[in-house]
Amino acid sequence: MISKEEVEHIAKLARLELTEKEIEKMQKDLTAILDYFNLLKKVARPLPAIPVAKGDLGAPRRDDVVSSHDIADELIAAFPDKKDDYIKVKAIF
Amino acid sequence: MDLIELTIKQTHEGLKSKKFTSVELTKSYLEKIKKSDLNAFISVTEDLALKQAVVADKKISSGDSDELTGIPCAIKDAILVEGQRCTAASKILENYIAPYDATVIKKLKEKGVVILGKTNLDEFTMGASGENSAFGATKNPYDKTRVVGGSSSGSAAAVAADESIYTLGSDTGGSIRQPSSFCGVVGLCPTYGAVSRYGLIAHASSLDQIGPITKTVEDAEIVFRAISGKDKMDATSTDYAYEKLDVGMKDLKIGVPKEYFAKGLDPEVEKIIRNVIKKAEDAGAKIQEVSLPSTEYALACYYIIGPSEISANLARLDGIRYGLSEGKKDLLDVYLKSRGHGFGAEVKRRIMIGTYCLSSGYYDAYYKKAQEVRQLVRRDFASVFGTVDLLFCPVSPFPAFKLGEKADDPLSMYLADIYTIPSKLAGLPGLSLPVGKTGDLPVGLQIIGNHFQENKILSIATELEKTVDNNS
Repeated sequence: MISKEEVEHIAKLARLELTEKEIEKMQKDLTAILDYFNLLKKVARPLPAIPVAKGDLGAPRRDDVVSSHDIADELIAAFPDKKDDYIKVKAIF
Repeated sequence: MDLIELTIKQTHEGLKSKKFTSVELTKSYLEKIKKSDLNAFISVTEDLALKQAVVADKKISSGDSDELTGIPCAIKDAILVEGQRCTAASKILENYIAPYDATVIKKLKEKGVVILGKTNLDEFTMGASGENSAFGATKNPYDKTRVVGGSSSGSAAAVAADESIYTLGSDTGGSIRQPSSFCGVVGLCPTYGAVSRYGLIAHASSLDQIGPITKTVEDAEIVFRAISGKDKMDATSTDYAYEKLDVGMKDLKIGVPKEYFAKGLDPEVEKIIRNVIKKAEDAGAKIQEVSLPSTEYALACYYIIGPSEISANLARLDGIRYGLSEGKKDLLDVYLKSRGHGFGAEVKRRIMIGTYCLSSGYYDAYYKKAQEVRQLVRRDFASVFGTVDLLFCPVSPFPAFKLGEKADDPLSMYLADIYTIPSKLAGLPGLSLPVGKTGDLPVGLQIIGNHFQENKILSIATELEKTVDNNS
């Protein structure tokens, strides 16, 4: 069983605030799901190396050219908090 | 025949010959949507639809029309339509207005389509029942006490209930095929790379794909042709032009993967699928049992890779640039509260799984291992497609289940996608074709093809469609 502390640690890494009830349910669910993942330990066949640079579909590239999209106003309109055209954020500390 | 029961081809003929106008058609659909209690739509875009219908009618009158001009459709609410709300069925995006059109929408708009609204889904396309929507579950038109499947829940229900001629869905692990099977409609999940995902809210980028849900195979082909192709805004899209193909059953070798007919498959579903396979054989196709030995690992592999990508992709939803923003103390408080209050249970669960699998000390055991197993799954399919043309198997081990039946048990919900996930890990195209019913509930046959062989899948599905009786 995954401990409460482990769940809290992962939730912090994932930037999720969880309620006590959610933590409890998460402990149960994550334990069952991670147990299920143990199935992969059974894989007997030799594992192929993962292709690193080149996928099956090739490595698509495009020219490094700036193009205009003209949606700045719409993007700014979506800011939850702003001053003029700048995003306003809370202090880090 | 009622206007709203027509296929794309039939509607197009009706529009061209002036039997009805796009405005009349659009109004009929809007009325049907308003009367419905299925909860297939999150937003109805009535103003946009009527405006588009007027333009389409002019286009048709001037003779400058395409098969899709003036044809009403609905779009999964994870695909952006400029100026319209796009929620991904999440509280975190409840008031988000799409700043631009997804490439698929741009392509459809160029053809002069009518967009009726945005359809319901499992939050951020994560789920197999439609129950994970922050705006309530969609009900199955065949039995309102049952789920429609997911995650393209509203898209499948809307087509089945004549609330739209066709819809767009998206498929990451089975999200087009499985609800299509549960609703008795045609759903095509294209090859990875066949359709641009630009403007689709990302779930797992190495798997996500947009595709059509329609009443007939012919309709699926029309929509797929319209939305596929290379897009500079999605580097994974490929230069691929769909070409129609006519293959006869006699020229065809069909593989039946034995692992898909093992324990857990509903006997009634198996009977229906075996019956269609027999029909294909009677029509001259060669049937061959094949083996995909890595099948048993595919689900575990998917639920490591998917959530790992989710944990990265959904990091952008942080309460800073758009969407729900809560928390007053400091920046971290904003992140924690916006995400903690904005995301639903399943999304949180998957972010947690992904974060766990990618965290220090666990990466090799989970993420790296899953990537290696994914290569095995791909290899299995590559080897099978060396000897057969297509694979026939069920879409789902069971028909639509009861609302609430699996809601508290995530692992049993994950198992609902056991037959759609392996081919997805290999990036292969698959189609769900309605081939019968168990009781009142539809059952879909899954036809899987090799990469970019949508034409072969569609050609054979057209043949089969003529031979199956979906009313019995």
